[in-house]
Amino acid sequence: MLLLRFGEFTLKGKNRSRFEKTVLRHVKEMVRPFPKVSLSKEFGRIYVQLNGEPAEELAGVLRNVFGIASISPVKVSLSDFDDILSVSRNFLRIAAPPAGTTFKVNVRRVWKGFPYGSIEMNKLISTPLLQSYPGLLVDVKSPQMELKIEIREGHTYIFCENIAGVGGFPLGTNGKAMLLLSGGIDSPVAGWSSMRRGLEVECVHFYSFPYTSELARQKVVDLTRVLSRYAGVIRLHLVPFTEVQTSFTGIGQDNLIITLMRRAMLKIATRLAEREGALALVTGESLGQVASQTLSSMNVIGRVTPLPLLRPLVMMDKSEIVELSKTVGTYDLSILPYEDCCTLFVPKSPTTNPNLRIVDKIEATLPGYSALLDAAVAGTETVTITPYGDEKPSDVVPAQAGLQEEWF
Amino acid sequence: MLYWDYAAAAPPYDEVVQTVEQIMRLHYANPSSLHRAGMEAERLITRAREVCAAALAVQPHEILFTSGATESNNLAIKGAALQYQGRGRHIVTTQLEHPSVYESCRQLRELGWEVTFVAPRGTGIVDPADIAAAIRPDTVLVSVMHVNNEIGTVQPLREIGQGIKAVNRRTLFHVDGVQGYGKLETRLKEWQAELYSLSPHKIRGPRGTGILVVREGTALFPLLTGGSHENGNRAGTENVAGIVASAKAVRMSGERREELVRQLIPLRNRLLHCIAAMPELVLNSREDGAPHIVHFSYPGMKGEVLARKLEELGMTVSTRSACSSRLAEPSRVLLSMGRDVQAALGGIRISLGDIHTEADVALLEQALLAAVQSLKKAEGGMK
Repeated sequence: MLLLRFGEFTLKGKNRSRFEKTVLRHVKEMVRPFPKVSLSKEFGRIYVQLNGEPAEELAGVLRNVFGIASISPVKVSLSDFDDILSVSRNFLRIAAPPAGTTFKVNVRRVWKGFPYGSIEMNKLISTPLLQSYPGLLVDVKSPQMELKIEIREGHTYIFCENIAGVGGFPLGTNGKAMLLLSGGIDSPVAGWSSMRRGLEVECVHFYSFPYTSELARQKVVDLTRVLSRYAGVIRLHLVPFTEVQTSFTGIGQDNLIITLMRRAMLKIATRLAEREGALALVTGESLGQVASQTLSSMNVIGRVTPLPLLRPLVMMDKSEIVELSKTVGTYDLSILPYEDCCTLFVPKSPTTNPNLRIVDKIEATLPGYSALLDAAVAGTETVTITPYGDEKPSDVVPAQAGLQEEWF
Repeated sequence: MLYWDYAAAAPPYDEVVQTVEQIMRLHYANPSSLHRAGMEAERLITRAREVCAAALAVQPHEILFTSGATESNNLAIKGAALQYQGRGRHIVTTQLEHPSVYESCRQLRELGWEVTFVAPRGTGIVDPADIAAAIRPDTVLVSVMHVNNEIGTVQPLREIGQGIKAVNRRTLFHVDGVQGYGKLETRLKEWQAELYSLSPHKIRGPRGTGILVVREGTALFPLLTGGSHENGNRAGTENVAGIVASAKAVRMSGERREELVRQLIPLRNRLLHCIAAMPELVLNSREDGAPHIVHFSYPGMKGEVLARKLEELGMTVSTRSACSSRLAEPSRVLLSMGRDVQAALGGIRISLGDIHTEADVALLEQALLAAVQSLKKAEGGMK
């Protein structure tokens, strides 16, 4: 059996049961490939009865459920002294700690009807265990192995391992935000981080066909699919950005193109957020990483939106972000070498210190600028991505074109 | 004419032929091309990979498509040997192996590798202890087939895998699954096998395609270079129609396995008993072998003579495996089991498939009796 413990949201008051229900729903979704598993919920925890399904694999899947702080594989015994001792013995035999391991028994008597107290039980259990495992050394302060025994009415749980879960808040319990998703390493990680904080995320991707390829768009669909493993379903908005982007290339201010482009993206994303009822924008920006992510650039770019601009990675090092993206499972996709709109029309020396007034003035004098933004919003296509589907953006490749399931 | 050579080549399923035809017509684009047609072709391969992975209980990225099981075996053995030569230069295999494994190992021996060819016991089954005893700290790879292609014996892969890993955890385990898939259960995890070869045309799929499972964490030195196809493991434009049709054959044969086995076992047992009852013939197959192969010898009579006589009587059979049947030498497999040269020269292999019925087997038995009687008369006359 696996014991799942909830994370920090258990401190919350009124919303707690809603949070717990959300986690349970997410867990149910994740154990669906393991049909023999059965679930039960108790205050502050979920029990996963394996019924023969592989514990290690399930623990690996469930540690990714948001809101779960830790997982322990546990053995269950009756709340009866002899049974507790014999299951503990068995547990120790399977764990087979090498000689010289420091060891401690930690009994918690939740059910006060049990005849022996916790302290008393520590001794009563550890003495016979140590006798049958002469290699173990006792260390009650910081043992290498701590055998925990939790006596409840009806059942007693015996465990020693604590696998850390991802923690955070249950899916979608903190409202909705729009994630600006490029094809790079950072933005999917930013999306995952915000989902972990209980945000429901919708993705916005800007593409510049024919300057960027169909493969680049498919890559974003695939990245969204990886994220959807954590969320069940994610909506992806694909914004045609070519016209907006090319309108900046003729104005003779090459070093400002990136600033203008980022501002245009935020403007469009803000309108989509308003349409979809999202209350924030999430980006993968990390301070100082590129010219558009200096403090002064971020200032000028961020001014265009009234919405909170969340930057989960802003203080992280690139190497930490790369590590996280490997854990999340987006790294291998992110490094596929397709051009995306952020790498197009990049000037040789983009400014790291744009002037807000100049930028505002350029935008005000660009002919038909707001009409271009309107057209981009109007031309946005929305795809709903699920973990196991194979959606394609419809105007690039008709969904299911060419693939007939009866061929396989 | 009744066809009894399924182990050499099984007729493709109608659905497989249709798939090949439709895909060759519709999806001729190069899957590596960037245009839409190319992407669609690539998607077919991706889907085929998923289908194969599901049938073999592995991950899609662990499936590698090749031109056939011969290439799969060559790539598994030489690719692993070259990749891991830092670990040592020793390989263990058996004397029972298919030529594509056997010759790959011999080739490595010419390049300075040491190869231990473990002999089977007299039953035609390799003792796991013999394999384990051959493994050394510098053993890079062990290659053992699942089902012997000549006589149909089944090797104890689980015990062999356990034995290998108990002696040297870093030694890779390659299973040639060509005659096993679709007849016996495939359990790579239980066998602890890192590499597994499969031939679609033995399971009613298309010819000219092959599958190699390369479990995650195992790298191979590519034998064909020139492109980043198949993750850089094997260059060459993908055979889209063949790959999709292979996936179909793998899926269908996997789904129909239990039904096929239920059908074949009584037929095979009936044949075994019939042959055992003929004093001129010596059985080489066993009841605990694969359900589709029956092998026997007519000591003193060349296998091909008996095969020709049977063909005259309307039965297409094979002398041992097709890949070696043009050689006039005695069967290496039979010799390794301790059979004498006489018996090893006179082998006939009958391999069954799902078209065969009780009535077909009865006809085959009659033909066999008649053939043996007439050859015996001629033999007597010659003496």
